[in-house]
Amino acid sequence: MQNAAKPIPAGPAQVPPQGAADQPDHSRRDFLTLATGAMTVVGVAAFVWPFINSMNPASDVLALSTTEVDLAPLKLGQALTVVWRGSPVFIRHRTPDEITAAAAVNLAELRDPETDAARVKKPQWLVMVGVCTHLGCVPLGQAPGDPKGEYGGWFCPCHGSQYDTAGRIRKGPAPQNLVIPPYVFETDTLIKIG
Amino acid sequence: MSTHNSPNSDPQASQSQAGKTNLRNYGLVRWIDYRLPFVGFIEKDLIGYPEPKNLNYWWSFGSLAGITLLVMILSGIFLAMHYIPNTEMAFNSVESIMRDVNGGWLIRYIHMNGASLFFLVVYIHIFRGIYYGSYKSPRELLWIIGVVILLLMMATAFLGYVLPWGQMSFWGATVITNLFSAIPVIGTPITTWLWGGFGVGNPTLNRFFALHYLLPFVIIGVAMLHLLALRTHGSNNPLGIEVRSKADTIPFHPYYTVKDLFSLGVFAIVFAVLVFYMPNALGEPDNYKPANPLITPAHIVPEWYLLPFYAILRSIPSKLGGVLAMGGAIFMLFILPWLDRSRVRSCTFRPIYKVLFWVFVVDCLLLGYLGAKPPEGWYLIGSRLAAAWYFIHFLILTPLVGWFETPKPLPVSISLPVLPSTALPQEKH
Repeated sequence: MQNAAKPIPAGPAQVPPQGAADQPDHSRRDFLTLATGAMTVVGVAAFVWPFINSMNPASDVLALSTTEVDLAPLKLGQALTVVWRGSPVFIRHRTPDEITAAAAVNLAELRDPETDAARVKKPQWLVMVGVCTHLGCVPLGQAPGDPKGEYGGWFCPCHGSQYDTAGRIRKGPAPQNLVIPPYVFETDTLIKIG
Repeated sequence: MSTHNSPNSDPQASQSQAGKTNLRNYGLVRWIDYRLPFVGFIEKDLIGYPEPKNLNYWWSFGSLAGITLLVMILSGIFLAMHYIPNTEMAFNSVESIMRDVNGGWLIRYIHMNGASLFFLVVYIHIFRGIYYGSYKSPRELLWIIGVVILLLMMATAFLGYVLPWGQMSFWGATVITNLFSAIPVIGTPITTWLWGGFGVGNPTLNRFFALHYLLPFVIIGVAMLHLLALRTHGSNNPLGIEVRSKADTIPFHPYYTVKDLFSLGVFAIVFAVLVFYMPNALGEPDNYKPANPLITPAHIVPEWYLLPFYAILRSIPSKLGGVLAMGGAIFMLFILPWLDRSRVRSCTFRPIYKVLFWVFVVDCLLLGYLGAKPPEGWYLIGSRLAAAWYFIHFLILTPLVGWFETPKPLPVSISLPVLPSTALPQEKH
């Protein structure tokens, strides 16, 4: 601006270019400001992420991710609860009655439709994470005296969700079936969860 | 001669109202004050600060909340010197505080019951604000900052409740963190991130302790903003009309310092009765059992101050819906200044809204009662009706009443609450 006040030899010709010169200047400055701002955001984000990520499961927590279970002592109709990654895993040695009951269910009446066959590797062994899919309580139904709900499976005491003999949600607020963890049969009666 | 202190107090005036203890006579005080106006701040904002002269005892709950916050921070710092945030040792370290640490039982019972009383005081403070329309223009931001403080308090209380690592601690933490899993798609990664594992465990406990220590200081900061917003337009008052002249005000000190001190005395008696005679009355016996990730207690119940929200959560038969309704219940408070269309603040002059207010108070108490009951049968029906009323009150009745209600005539000023307007000329003297 001060330059414009000085009598520069260019004379009248100076006036229109000055207005024109202002425009490109502004857009260049806007560009620089935006580019600097964007780089700042990227830079800050790059340093924020390690801090956020530090709250995710640490390597030692991830390392505890397999559990081996010997199924041999489990008699027909008995159930066992083991700990996998800090959560209970339900294992039930199902009776033929329970298996037929689970297989006979019409998929259309299920909230989270899944066949019984898709939830087991061997029909007599049902293995699943014993954590209610509503708000994370441990359902009852493992011990002989426990309430098993209307469908003979599991009953969550917190908010009343009921699961059938395949661990599928049948009634109550839970949105999904009990989760099937990854597991393999290492021998006929030894499984590795995780 | 008025004893009132004008906002830009000249030394003479502040001397007269600050009374005999004129700190400015001391050279050191003058030297500091010239560089850091600390004494000036105390004189202007605490001692001589003009308050409406008609504030009743319901206005004591703001200062009580501030004092309780300090009690909580002090007792908490001493507890932190003995507490161990590790799943193997947390429960035992709390028991050690109760049995071995000198006076540990006292400090812990103060901290435990202080949390309950903090919520009690703040809830009364909030209901007072609703009754007298303290959220209305120009105090909307003051109100919203207050609701932010309430949210921070809830977060802090929840984090703190997990620390003793009893059964309720563990399962309360499990249920509340699982609320986040209701979020579609990113819900599960978020809960895993919150836990630092695949369930509530040692990483969870450790970070909850860190955050429980941090948040109270955040609350202090936000409370400062609350005070700043308060001082911008001054306190509301039981008549809900603006201060019109110096005749409507009295200085904070000694009038309200004395009044608040009396309230503090009554509050301290209640506090002492809780701490010394019934320290576990408001707690859950299940929390004196160590946490067990494999056994869920038969009834998971939050602390009493969260029960109304818990009742709303459980009244919706869908996971995401329940979480949204619970968040919505707090969100109602945020938008209350715009839901209420009435220009009259105080319920003293609002015959219909006054009735609705008391129905709303009963509704909140009912929700609290139902939140502690199992969600079945009549309890479930009752909590659905009460939750519906909560939202009807805010979303339908509050705006409607603002349009249709005919308020009673407002007084001319705080000094002349009952006299006819002909008495107005007396205002100046």
